[in-house]
Amino acid sequence: MITVKKLHKTYEKVTALNNLSFTVNDGEIFGVIGPDGAGKTTLFRILASLLLPDSGSAEMNGLNVVKDFKKIRKIIGYMPGRFSLYQDLSVEENLKFFATIFNATIEDNYHLIKDIYRQIEPFKKRRAGALSGGMKQKLALSCALIHKPEVLILDEPTTGVDPVSRKEFWDMLKKLKTDGITILVSTAYMDEAGMCDRIALMREGNFIATDTPENIISAYQETLWAVETENMPASLRDLRNHPKVKTCFAFGNRHHITVQPNLSEAELQDYLKVKGYANIVVEPISPTVEDCFMALTNA
Amino acid sequence: MKQFLSFVQKEFYHIFRDGRTMLILLGMPVVQILLFGFAINMEVQNIRTAVFDPARDAATTEISGRIAANSYFNEQKHVHSFHEINRLLQQGEIDVAVVFEQNFNENLVHTKKAQIQIITDASNPNTGTIVANYVTAIIGEYQKEKLQLNAIPYQIVVENKLLYNPEMKSAYTFVPGIMGLVLMIICAMMTSISIVREKERGTMEVLLASPIKSWTILIAKTIPYLSLSLINLITILLLSAYVLHVPIQGSLALLIFISVLFIFLALSLGLIISTAVRTQEVAVIISGIGLMMPTLILSGMIFPIDNMPLLLQWASTLVPARWYITAVKKVMIEGLGIAYIIKELSIIAGMIVFLIGVSIANIKYRLN
Repeated sequence: MITVKKLHKTYEKVTALNNLSFTVNDGEIFGVIGPDGAGKTTLFRILASLLLPDSGSAEMNGLNVVKDFKKIRKIIGYMPGRFSLYQDLSVEENLKFFATIFNATIEDNYHLIKDIYRQIEPFKKRRAGALSGGMKQKLALSCALIHKPEVLILDEPTTGVDPVSRKEFWDMLKKLKTDGITILVSTAYMDEAGMCDRIALMREGNFIATDTPENIISAYQETLWAVETENMPASLRDLRNHPKVKTCFAFGNRHHITVQPNLSEAELQDYLKVKGYANIVVEPISPTVEDCFMALTNA
Repeated sequence: MKQFLSFVQKEFYHIFRDGRTMLILLGMPVVQILLFGFAINMEVQNIRTAVFDPARDAATTEISGRIAANSYFNEQKHVHSFHEINRLLQQGEIDVAVVFEQNFNENLVHTKKAQIQIITDASNPNTGTIVANYVTAIIGEYQKEKLQLNAIPYQIVVENKLLYNPEMKSAYTFVPGIMGLVLMIICAMMTSISIVREKERGTMEVLLASPIKSWTILIAKTIPYLSLSLINLITILLLSAYVLHVPIQGSLALLIFISVLFIFLALSLGLIISTAVRTQEVAVIISGIGLMMPTLILSGMIFPIDNMPLLLQWASTLVPARWYITAVKKVMIEGLGIAYIIKELSIIAGMIVFLIGVSIANIKYRLN
């Protein structure tokens, strides 16, 4: 259980955390989702007892992250955003080293990391620096898990990892959850939100929404359409200029637009045709977490 | 304890797997000893002479013969004019010219006075003076023998006795200096770099978030460099004894004891640097400029401290290597016992206590 009360942290002029309060329940996957610079890393470092907050308090399983930092460090598994293992040590040596400094052995907790480690075990003699991005993250997760932590703090574990490995990574987290480990994870990929039990959308040091992914999506009020034309960059500007279009954002190869209720799809199609676009597709879609994030940020 | 040993093992892996650094660490003392011992030498050898001898009598032949026979002098040319001497000096073909006056022996016997001119190439002032001194000494020797033959009633004989280093070998001063330099660089620079590297690579963040104690990390970091330094110490002593023929006059145990003390001092300096800087480059610059330069210039290794301006003399008291080098000279070259280096030992010990105190106060439990 993680309890955070009015946590505040500033760096010179930037407010990294703005009186943040939330709780994470035992055995829950809690995702902190937000763009770079939202304050995710600062939050995680404070929880991992690596930084001191300016004010407010945070407790993990009843231990204060400032006063009880020594005990905190025994119960957490922390994986920083950057790959932070020894590149010149082999996979096996890294794992063994981190097991020892946590006073654990690989044999004791092998069952915890078995599913993850099995995938990189064929390369156990290889230097960590020579692993692919996905394998590096699996090794880092194994190292963070090897002492059977009560709380796992993962700072953007899937950044820079290919989609297949990302999927595998989240499957592993779901499995670890069944072992009763509380998992706090951050990501800048909105599409990973659905993997969490609860998510917090974070922006400029604030949680702008905290709920289950389903509730966050069902709270979405806007009329949302996807628009496709053969000239996407130009149509972005024209869509934004339409008086009945509230917002328009590029989402991969489509634009997601929110519109006023009195605008019809045909009306918009005509508008685009007059502007000279061809191959126009306009269709209503159901929102994703990213749409919710955009709506909340613009509200 | 298991944490500690595993950490030390990891440090050794880092060192052994970085071949280039390994080579520098173990090769540096060898190269330095050989460089300072042979290439950078205050002795002048292979002196090339030109003799301008219009007299060509018994005395001049004897003197030029003695110069030619001297082991410091190499080839000898006979020239017939000042013009030729000038040309040879300008072309750098000779280092010194000896000019006898006409009727040298006759004047010597009859007027009791004869003149010799020594012309040296003083574009390098040290070499010029040294060469002139060599020639003067050879002539003086000749004159002394002559005087004895003629039995002049009284004379003052000055006899120089050069204690501890009778052959005036420069290796005697350089070996202790290099010991100070090598130990300082390896311990301080490498320890600080290896800690700062963990900060740079982000592994320090993981270590801090683990139950391992900060001081366990710091001590484990120093062990490999302590052992490398001991290997280097032994290499230096072997090289200096068997290659440079600088004998260890005093107690070997005492010498090693001082060195280990100095290694601890350098290690604690490295720890302090590591707590103060964030990148490896800065660590290298600080230990390079902040430690190597003072060790080279202010320790008395190259420039005698007594000749320095007062301000630099005071500054030199803060340079740990100064005290170490002095102590090593006393024990290794002069063969003195522990009673004679109490002052140096206490200063080094005091510095260690201070530096370790500062590094403990600087231990960080969090990222800053």
